[in-house]
Amino acid sequence: MKPKDGTRWVFLLQKIAEKRDTEAFAELFGHFAPRVKAFLMKSGADHALAEECTQDVMVTVWSKAAQFDPSRASAATWIFTIARNRRIDMLRRDRRPEPEDLFWGPEEEPDQLDVLALQQESDQLGAAIAGLPDKQRIMIERAYFGELSHSEIAEETGLPLGTIKSRIRLALDRLRHNLS
Amino acid sequence: MIIHHLSDKLLMAYSAGTLPEAFSLAVAAHVELCDECRARLASFDAVGGAVLNATEPASVPLSGGALTATLARIKSTAPVARSRPARISDAVLPEALAKYVGGGTEAIKWRSIGNGVRQAILPTSGTATARLLYIPAGMAVPDHGHQGLELTMVLQGAFADDDDRFARGDIEIADDAVEHQPVAEAGADCICLAVTEAPLKFRDLLPRLAQPFLRI
Repeated sequence: MKPKDGTRWVFLLQKIAEKRDTEAFAELFGHFAPRVKAFLMKSGADHALAEECTQDVMVTVWSKAAQFDPSRASAATWIFTIARNRRIDMLRRDRRPEPEDLFWGPEEEPDQLDVLALQQESDQLGAAIAGLPDKQRIMIERAYFGELSHSEIAEETGLPLGTIKSRIRLALDRLRHNLS
Repeated sequence: MIIHHLSDKLLMAYSAGTLPEAFSLAVAAHVELCDECRARLASFDAVGGAVLNATEPASVPLSGGALTATLARIKSTAPVARSRPARISDAVLPEALAKYVGGGTEAIKWRSIGNGVRQAILPTSGTATARLLYIPAGMAVPDHGHQGLELTMVLQGAFADDDDRFARGDIEIADDAVEHQPVAEAGADCICLAVTEAPLKFRDLLPRLAQPFLRI
């Protein structure tokens, strides 16, 4: 993924949220819909079910675009969480209770430098995962395609998550501060 | 200040969406009280994002009409504005737990299991069990070994075992190897969320005969 891509998806999601821009949606769809479909098929869906659920995921992307916080997630990460939740429904897996999110209103727009930094960290994480030894990378992919149970996941993931975690922590602290 | 956190394994399995419901409930409850684990969880979600982004587009491509069909669907779907969701707002129970209780602490349906200890089993599916435990101040939680994974998260008061102290928000992760005897601290009665993969093996305080009544 080219470094500029992460910020491009953020830009498109903001156009959807603010202007209901269908051209922006079509561009986002072009990149993510085939990947969501592949993700769902690797998670056990057949062609027709994956196609239907991919449309559901992209409709959710459209309707919830205003809830995307680019200082805490990349577009790919946010769309992954929507696809994961759709997969859990689709496969009738155990319900997955979620922590209440920090509420942020119109006054708490994300800081642009935070957004840029987080998108860069996300791109670097993607590159780092692509560069992992095959065995380790495949274990991680299998975990996220839902093929591994908790006990099958390695104790030490070997993932370089320190930097992106610290970046998200800063964004959370800033949000908490603005809310108080 | 929270000093006992979730493990990477639990966070990754929760992020991947593969944990049994009862364990997911403990993760969600802890994350609500712990911004450090909220940030760690978001970093594991970022791994999921990277995996999605690196997934080769489906070998069976999307049908030609997929975009048109989706555009037709969004025409009738208005984007949702951010709004504050309805909250139960309990001082003890995180929202994720309050939803399972159906209200705040006053709505918990406690049942006595002896020696002043009370429990309430929460409605989750699957192979694991989630329960709230109420342990009077100064009272020992029955000594038990474990079968499989057990998580215990403190919601009110504190407990300590031979090695560690656990206060509000702290989560103890125990597996087969651990045998311990946590004691609720003097001062405040202790409320915690306990999630088990398998029945507790009580040794001391409760007669073994009582076990079938615990509905584990």
